[in-house]
Order: sequence, then C-alpha cells, then structure tokens
Amino acid sequence: MNEIVIRTDALKKTYATGSSEVHALRGVDLTIARGEFVAIMGTSGSGKSTLMNLLGCLDTPTDGGYELDGVRVEGLGKNELAAIRNQKIGFVFQGFNLLPRTTAVDNVELPLLYDRSGRKRDTRAIAIAALERVGLGDRLEHQPSELSGGQQQRVAIARALVTEPALMLADEPTGNLDTRTTTEVMAIFQELNEQGMTIVLVTHESEVAVYAKRIVEVRDGRIVRDEPVRNRRSAAADIERLVTQERSAA
Amino acid sequence: MKTQILVKLALQSIRKNKMRAALTMLGIIIGVAAVIVMVAVGFGARSRIRAQISNLGTNMIVITPGAAQQGGVSQGAQAFANLSLADVEMIRKNAQVVSAVSPVIVTRGQVIGDGGNWRTLINGVDTDYQVIRDWQTASGEFFTAEDVASVRKVALLGQTVAMQLFPGIDPIGQQIQIRNVPFTVSGVLAAKGQTASGTDSDDVVIIPYTTAQSALSGRTFIPQILASTASENDIAAAQEEIRVLMRESRRIAEGDPEDFTVKNQNELAEAASSSTRVMTMLLAAIASISLLVGGIGIMNIMLVSVTERTREIGIRLAIGARGSDVLTQFLVESIVMGILGGCIGLALGYTGSKVLGHFTGWDTVMSPLVILVAIGFSGAVGIFFGYYPARKAAALNPIEALRYE
Repeated sequence: MNEIVIRTDALKKTYATGSSEVHALRGVDLTIARGEFVAIMGTSGSGKSTLMNLLGCLDTPTDGGYELDGVRVEGLGKNELAAIRNQKIGFVFQGFNLLPRTTAVDNVELPLLYDRSGRKRDTRAIAIAALERVGLGDRLEHQPSELSGGQQQRVAIARALVTEPALMLADEPTGNLDTRTTTEVMAIFQELNEQGMTIVLVTHESEVAVYAKRIVEVRDGRIVRDEPVRNRRSAAADIERLVTQERSAA
Repeated sequence: MKTQILVKLALQSIRKNKMRAALTMLGIIIGVAAVIVMVAVGFGARSRIRAQISNLGTNMIVITPGAAQQGGVSQGAQAFANLSLADVEMIRKNAQVVSAVSPVIVTRGQVIGDGGNWRTLINGVDTDYQVIRDWQTASGEFFTAEDVASVRKVALLGQTVAMQLFPGIDPIGQQIQIRNVPFTVSGVLAAKGQTASGTDSDDVVIIPYTTAQSALSGRTFIPQILASTASENDIAAAQEEIRVLMRESRRIAEGDPEDFTVKNQNELAEAASSSTRVMTMLLAAIASISLLVGGIGIMNIMLVSVTERTREIGIRLAIGARGSDVLTQFLVESIVMGILGGCIGLALGYTGSKVLGHFTGWDTVMSPLVILVAIGFSGAVGIFFGYYPARKAAALNPIEALRYE
C-alpha cells in the first residue's frame, strides 16, 4: 500500500486545433494521500475535465509526470493504461453510464471480467457483495431502466468499487439528480471514504463539494485554490433533515 | 475475457435485437440453404447416374461405329455402318484380356402375345450378353449357344414387355409373334429400371443375333458391340487391346483417325454426369453470391451497431477493456451471427431438399462434409465481414466514446 495515491508533477496537456494550440492544462502539481476525499471544482473550460481524464488514465499528458499508487503512468502504452484503469481506478460517470438492457449484477461484474491479473476468481459473488454494500442486494437482476436515478448511480458506484481500486474517480456523479438523490449518493461516497476509500470528485456545484474534505479549484488550466473544506456537511444528517422537512410539509 | 463469456455476450446482444439480427442473417440463411439444396440434389443425381451406369453391366466396354471421315469430311456415326459380325469374331478369337463379347443388333417392331401387343425394342445378341450386362432371368432360362448356332426362334422378354403381352399369365413357353414371325418365350429378364437417360431398360425383347439377322431384318448392320473383362483392373488393357485389334483388321495407318470408338462404362458415366456438374457449378456460383451479399449485410449491421453502441464501447474501455477485448467481442458477435445463420440455413436447406425430393422423386444426398463446410464457411463470412467494424470499434478513443450522444 502506497500512502500517496496521486502525485502529479507539472502536468501539461495541449490540444492542437487546426493551426492554433489550446493549453488545457498549464502545469498542475497535485498530491492526494490515501483516504482523502477531494472535490475538483471549476467552470466549463477551466481544464477540470482534462485533469480528470489524465488522472483517470484515459488520456496521456503532453508533458509532466503522473504517479498513481506508486506507478509512473506517463509513457505507458494503451494496454498498460487499460490494465491500470481496470485495477487501480473505479469510475463513476455523469449520467450513470450503465450498459442498457443489462442487469445490475452483470453491470457490476463487468470490470472483473476484464481483469487479466487473475486475482479475482468468483466474479459473480464479488459483484453481488459490491451491490449489497451500496444497499442494492435486492435489485441484482434489475435492468437500469427498472431502477430509479439514485439506484442507477448506486449500481455505478458498486461497479466502481468492485475491483477494490486505489482511487475512485467520480465525474459529475450528481449531475442529473435531484437534491434528495444527490444527498443520498453523497452519503454513500462519505461512507466509502470513512471506510478508507480515496475519492476524487469532479463537480461544478459548490453544494456538492462541501461534502468532500478538500477542495481543489481549477481555472485556465491551473490550480488556483487548494484548501480543506471548512464547514463540511454530513450527507447522512442532511438526509434526516430532508425527511423531517418532508414530514412536516405533509 | 473468456471465450464462453464472449459468446454469451454476443448471444445477449443478438437477443436484444432479434428482428434486426434475423434480417441480417437472412442473406447467410438463404445462401447456405441454397448450397445445401443444390449439393443434396446434385449429389443425389450423380449417385443415381452412377448406380444406373453400373446397372448397365459389369466391367463393360462399348464399341460403336465412330466418326468415319471421307476426305476430311466427317460423316457422323450413322453414315457408315462399319461394325460387322466379322469384328465380333475377330475380337473373340484374338483378344486375350476380353472375357466376353457380343454384338447387339437393334430393331424395333410390333410384338404380339396372348394377352396383348406392344411395340418395343428387339435386341439380337449372343449368349455372352447376359454376362456382360449381368442380367439375370426372373424366370425361365437365357438362350444357349446352341440356340444361337441353330438360329432358333426363342425370345426373352423384359419385365415391361412381359407385363404387356401376358398380363397375369406365366409367359414361359408361350408363343409370341415378332413382326409376324413366331417365337417361343424361353424366359423373363429381371427388372433393371430406368437408364441414365430415362428410358425403360425393361421395355425390350432379346433374341439370338443369328435369328435377328435371318428371320427379321436381314440387316448386317451392327450398331454396337459389347465386351467385358473378368476383372475391373483389366478394363483399360482390354480397351487398348480392342483398339489395336480393330485398327489392325481395318488396316488403319499409324496416325490416321479411327472409324470406331471404344468406351468403358466409367467414361459413359462421366459423360452423363457432366451436365449435372455444369448445373451444380452454376448453382454454386449463385449460392456464393448470396453468401457474399449476406456477408455485406452483416458488415453493414455491425457498422451501425458499433456507432449505436459507441457509449457502451467507451464504458468498456474506461473500466479496463483493451482494444483487443472490444475487437474480439464484436468479432465473436458477427461470427455467432454467421454461424447461427448458417445453422438455420442448414436446417432450412435440409428440409427444402427433403421436400423437393418428396415431390419430384429426385434422390437427395446429405453428406456430413457438406454440413461442416457450410457452417465453417458461414463462420468465415462472419470473420471476414465482421473484422472491419470490429476494428473500428476497438480503435475508438474512450474519452470521445464516453461523451458520444
């Protein structure tokens, strides 16, 4: 176990669009230790998506270094990056991104099927355990279309944690959800974080970011703010408050 | 990923789009069904011809008057009646390998019996004819060498003729009139069925050739001499022997064309089945075009499928699938589609050929090899036409694929 999960060193990403160059990231130094819960904030065009793609090993930097859980990532080939994504990172995407017409348990099992290390044997049982962990033990055979938005996102979270990754990377995970469901999803993240999971959350909503422990703000391809969350909220407490409000309204 | 999981995934994906998959497979289904029907009928026809040819006799050699030439002008086979009894005698006397030889004098005529009359083929032959054609009698006896030598008026009836002349009566010992000449029926021949060209082998009366010459036509024209060997291995040698003897007796100079032809049974079979071979090849061409079109159909749908499932591919790549995993997944899908289509086509073709055989009376033959080839070929079509779409899927960028709407 490596105590530093993410360490970037002057990370740069430049896109060539026609004749001009777009500097999406202009040198980002970021270190995230195990057990942290970091919210990366920024407006659209700030470079936070680019940063998230690089942290998620979906893309390779133009310049600079990136070390994930003790592995130097820059310069790795496509297949090596795929293996790192499979074993070290759990993705939670905006809009759920579950496979349609595929049961919850099949969706969750998927990353294990692409695991070439051979460390996971009973993939089915592991997938079921992951779904039970997010409170969906009774929805194993349901297809995404038969699940609510919050339930679908919980399936996506189960899929992200099924490989026991070093890092959970959530890209606008509450983008399409209402307040109540957003809070519920954040409660799961907080709970996972309590259990020791390192979480990086990309969001543009400050109401969501306050559930994290640390906020990193990106603007124009640079980190402009990096500080702990001062008035951190507990999602579990917020849910109770919402429930009380709903009762009194009724 | 394990193969069985990939196949399971492919089947799932096909099940999700049943209608589309069915339409996609239609080309393969029709192609394979066409191949199966055509091969079944083609093989059936060929084996039937084989059976009929071997029904002609055993180790048979046929000598016919050939294309006689006069000053370079071919006169055709009938123009020059150049086979004679002398040829038969010459072969019988000099040939070493040939074990039996008989002239066949052919006439047609009205035959009258107690129960009716019938116009039929009258063959004047020697006793060896029975050996050459391996033709047993159903009842009674074949005529003897003494019958031939004494020019006796005895006749053997084919099954068809016996039925026409003596319905319900035993014809043995009965009197018949051939062209108003009285004959005694000495036997009835066993049934031989139809020849390759469809004529009835049993519609025939057989008499000694000596009688045929003297009592009937008086003609000495012999359209055919039949010969046979004791062993199948001697056929080629016997053919050559006859050719050499005939050339010598006719004083045909070295290099000059022969005015007769010597053929064996297998050569006759070749000639008879060559027409069906042409037909088989034509049908094979049609079937392969159908398979080609079916393959293009698979490619088309797989391309659509790759575009439709761009997000799915993005998810798979993001959670750790390699490009090769995605490639294999789509390739397996198109192979499964091909083989599934092949199997359905196989079942359809099998049923089709059975139905066809039932209504037309054609023989149909199903060989395991054809089944294997059909399924293998449809799988190959799946690989060939599925590779390009699968490679396209594998080459997708995960970030763009995830963002695809």
